[in-house]
Amino acid sequence: MTALSHATYIAGRHTKALIRQPWYIVASLAQPLIWLLLFAQLFKSVADLPGFPTDSYIAYLAPGVILMTAMFSNSWNGMGLLDDMESGVLDRLLTSPVHRSAILTGVNIQQTLSLAIQALILTGLAIWLGARFEGGVLGLAVLGLVSILLGAGFGGISMGTALSIRQRESVIGMNQLLVLPGVFLSTAFMPASLLPGWIATVAKYNPVDWAAVAAQEALLSTTPNWGIVMGRVGLLAIFSTATVLLGTGSFRSYQRSI
Amino acid sequence: MALATSGLRKTYPGDVVALDGLDLTVPAGTIFGLLGPNGAGKSTAVKILTTLSRPDHGTAAVAGLDVLSQPEEVRRSIGYVAQKSGADVQATGSENLVLQARVHGIERAEARRRSHQLMDRFGLVETAGRLVKTWSGGMKRRLDIALALMHSPKVVFLDEPTTGLDPEVRADLWDEIRRLRDLENITVLLTTHYLEEADQLTDRLAIIDHGRLVVEGTPSELKDDMKGDAVHIELASFEASSSAIALLEGSLALREMVADGKNLHARATRGAEAVPQVLGALSAAGIAVQAVTVNRPSLDDVFLRHTGRRFTKTETEIES
Repeated sequence: MTALSHATYIAGRHTKALIRQPWYIVASLAQPLIWLLLFAQLFKSVADLPGFPTDSYIAYLAPGVILMTAMFSNSWNGMGLLDDMESGVLDRLLTSPVHRSAILTGVNIQQTLSLAIQALILTGLAIWLGARFEGGVLGLAVLGLVSILLGAGFGGISMGTALSIRQRESVIGMNQLLVLPGVFLSTAFMPASLLPGWIATVAKYNPVDWAAVAAQEALLSTTPNWGIVMGRVGLLAIFSTATVLLGTGSFRSYQRSI
Repeated sequence: MALATSGLRKTYPGDVVALDGLDLTVPAGTIFGLLGPNGAGKSTAVKILTTLSRPDHGTAAVAGLDVLSQPEEVRRSIGYVAQKSGADVQATGSENLVLQARVHGIERAEARRRSHQLMDRFGLVETAGRLVKTWSGGMKRRLDIALALMHSPKVVFLDEPTTGLDPEVRADLWDEIRRLRDLENITVLLTTHYLEEADQLTDRLAIIDHGRLVVEGTPSELKDDMKGDAVHIELASFEASSSAIALLEGSLALREMVADGKNLHARATRGAEAVPQVLGALSAAGIAVQAVTVNRPSLDDVFLRHTGRRFTKTETEIES
């Protein structure tokens, strides 16, 4: 309970900072827009292959791009934490009774708010470009949920790295190591039937794939298999809880270093 | 005792010994100073007492609470002003204060009321709604102290609070720190490398060097320990000095008398009390005096005596 209310206070701090820089939401839309528009054109004919689950590639691509946006934005959470370390804000918070997990999850809450805005714009654009989402509002809700869980997971890794290694390079390195390979070793951009065998195998253990499978199943299928959706959501919940706990545990490592 | 540490030891990677068995006790309701050169271990001691850092060995208690086994309770009882400002510069002053109050479990309305009260007290009302990044250094420092006071703590830690501030701002801050003690009975532990600050502001102080307590006491006690003040008497003539020594030798007022031309150098436990006696005796004997000066021993002398080094030599950036 304390953890939750503290998380909302911390989220309030980050949200106010974001409201003061609204152009940031627009600027961070540039990359997913490029992915959505460019890839939809580049791989347009993939949708003509037999066994492809949707008529248009852009409908298949849109949830993947939104998931990737969630991963990218949260994987920079460690940088904000390093700024707080340098400015002294973190030390002030740590000498207060603030719940340690709230320092991580507060940022996730704020990221969820900005992601919601970005996701609505991206989805609207995809529909305008001809995508049909059979799953409707419920499907979009599932996409939102898995984006939050996946984002929180990557946020936890990023902040844990920042607390343990305390160098910007380590956070940048971790992002480069995890985000794009995570996307391409999953079914976010290409269905499993069209992936090389080894990638399809790796994807089964990849949280990005869990999120992609759940979102595609709920959003693109006319008759979603809810067993598949709930199973992947469960795995993602375990993943994000584990990384947030690891991240919170990394405060110990920071404490030893100062 | 508001604070007590016993045998605190802390080593950083690379075998850098920050604390080497520090024992400290700080009485409640006092301004207590930790004085030492950079790297002496002052900040490390404060970080352990504020639960930021953990010692390798030893124990520390704040307001009767153990920092290792009751960190939550310790955090509720303390305010901490770090060397670096802890304020969020991308937020306004009020937002900083209200967030601080909220994580201390204070309701929103009360948090706002207290935020306004502290802004008023520290002369920050007019800038309260502006982003902290636009504030001056002195204003940020006052906000840092307001942040530390938001939840009415029992003990406040100030880590080099006046470093880099203008002399007037520093003097204002000293008054503010005295008010914490006088009006709210808060125990203040402050670290400093300014001798003048340790001398004028603290009730008691501990000199720390190489992670150990060197000597502890009130500033006057420490200086009195230096066998008293230096007294210099300039006589009217060379011939007078030997008769002056002969005259004063038996009196208890002066010790360690040395003649140097027509000057007499000596020590007195309390210079101001010795001078009238000495002048009276010399005048009665018809020995004319041209000038008398009394120099109080400084904390620099105290540091020299206990560490074998001059404090000002160990600090390149020292200013008075």
